[in-house]
Amino acid sequence: MKANTNSSVMRSSQTKVVVENTAQIIFTICAVVAILAVFSITLYMFLKGVPAFADVGVAEILFNPVWEPTAQNPSFGILYIILTSIVGTAMAIILGVPIGVLTAVFLSEVAPKKLAAAVRPAVDLLAGIPSVIYGLLGLMILNPFMYKLEQIIFENSPTHQFTGGANLISAVLVLVIMILPTVINISQSALQAVPKSLKDASFGLGASHIQTIFKVQMPAARSGIVTAIVLGIGRAIGEAMAISLVSGSSVNPPFPFNSVRFLTTAIVSEMGYAADTHRMVLFSIGLVLFVFIMVINIVLTKILKGEKHDA
Amino acid sequence: MKKAKKILSLITAAALLTIGLAGCTETAQQDNSGTSGTTQSQTAKLSGNISMVGSTSMEKLANALSEGFMAANPGVTVNAEFVGSSAGIESLVGGKCDIGNASRALKDSEKSSGAVENIVAIDGIAMVVNKANPVKNLSKDQLIGIYTGTIKNWSEVGGSDTAIVVVGREAGSGTRGAFEEILGIEEKCVYANELDSTGAAMAKAASTEGAIAYVSLDVINDTVNAVSLDNVEPTADNILSGSYFLCRPFVMATKGEISSQSDLVKAFFDYVESSEGQEIIKKVGLILPQ
Repeated sequence: MKANTNSSVMRSSQTKVVVENTAQIIFTICAVVAILAVFSITLYMFLKGVPAFADVGVAEILFNPVWEPTAQNPSFGILYIILTSIVGTAMAIILGVPIGVLTAVFLSEVAPKKLAAAVRPAVDLLAGIPSVIYGLLGLMILNPFMYKLEQIIFENSPTHQFTGGANLISAVLVLVIMILPTVINISQSALQAVPKSLKDASFGLGASHIQTIFKVQMPAARSGIVTAIVLGIGRAIGEAMAISLVSGSSVNPPFPFNSVRFLTTAIVSEMGYAADTHRMVLFSIGLVLFVFIMVINIVLTKILKGEKHDA
Repeated sequence: MKKAKKILSLITAAALLTIGLAGCTETAQQDNSGTSGTTQSQTAKLSGNISMVGSTSMEKLANALSEGFMAANPGVTVNAEFVGSSAGIESLVGGKCDIGNASRALKDSEKSSGAVENIVAIDGIAMVVNKANPVKNLSKDQLIGIYTGTIKNWSEVGGSDTAIVVVGREAGSGTRGAFEEILGIEEKCVYANELDSTGAAMAKAASTEGAIAYVSLDVINDTVNAVSLDNVEPTADNILSGSYFLCRPFVMATKGEISSQSDLVKAFFDYVESSEGQEIIKKVGLILPQ
């Protein structure tokens, strides 16, 4: 009896080893695919993006505001384009994050269960809408509204160039709506993951509901909320389709009523016909965008980890 | 962009296929009437390479024509490169290609070095404005003023007191290149919107009261008003008569007259002149020269 059970255990442990090993190999291969993708994309972006920097000059591209890629003496300055991406994303985050986080608080803490059950699917639906739809709605609703506003504000301005409502504000508003679902969903899960004991303890000490939310639950959910912001920034800075429809796409400094061009839309709008150095510079813009996203991810993740450490 | 290109090429392919089929029935009819089967026997013999170098704005036309020609003559390959009008003519004169494409009239210097101007099509550009805009006519100087930013309000050109929204295309667009070149305002334009398709430019003009945009002549429809330039309406007839200035010829230049070219090149120009070829030229939105 004993010997028998032993041998059956041995046999099954042998098959176990085979299954374990095979599974491990499959997992490794899958992981390698992802790593390979990241490395090959990085390599490709640098191979394609660097030559133009060598040809045209780093300062001539990064710190020069004049974008005239097809002129007799072409100028490939993307300073305004970089600034637009930074300012546009920052404005979208400044407007979008408070709305998103407070919506998450509302959904997880304040709202009656039935109302929350109705709002949650709506937020999920918002996340699923293709970006081009946001762009089209912006084009049809925001732009005409901005045009009216523009006509009133700049009625007697001799210097303002009228853009027909295609401006930085329109793009930022579209971005705000687009990052909302990301911010709401992730901060909500973070808030819900806060242990109930913390909340109870806070109530036990006599704190009000609102005090508990802002002084206990939100600090406890901080790392999740920071993740939400990072992903929101990622979505905002990487969006092309929607804002290419509403921003006007002229290269101008990023003032609210100017028609502006983002890093993403700069690539999209001219890749079709660009040739030679012009095309190479478009790849360089891609590289700049790529580096931007990398830096934002690394820096913000560091901050995130640091905070975890403190706690 | 890529998707749009794919769709475009699919459409072109479909168009070419229908044209090709139409062509088949035509030859079949000719055979029936008993005139001759020479066209078929001649084309069957053709094989070899035609090389074509030149204007980037002619890319669409050159590709459509060479694809059609290759479909009709399976033994022939047409290589088309797009490096710019002047480089194309230079390459032709230097004997490096059979056909030099130029999206402008040939210069005297080019003609004297042996290039012969064969105008295969004419590219026309229309200025469109919003339906509500009362301005029906602009002079050349007014147009230049609007696009270089010295004229900012429609009231300065006889319209209502509305700020002008200057709409153009992205750098690298053939229409933008032609527009700026014809008016002599390359890199001087102050655009409020740089849109990346003709459709977007049309839509902007249709939806924005103060907008003005340039588009290919063939896409004009009743969502916008097409303005006259120097009191000449933008029509194919006016372009052919030479009175409408916002247009340019598409030249497929040869070194020496067509009649002195190889059979292959002659066959290509026969194809361009044929009803199939002319249909392709119209399909890509160009006007036939007469």
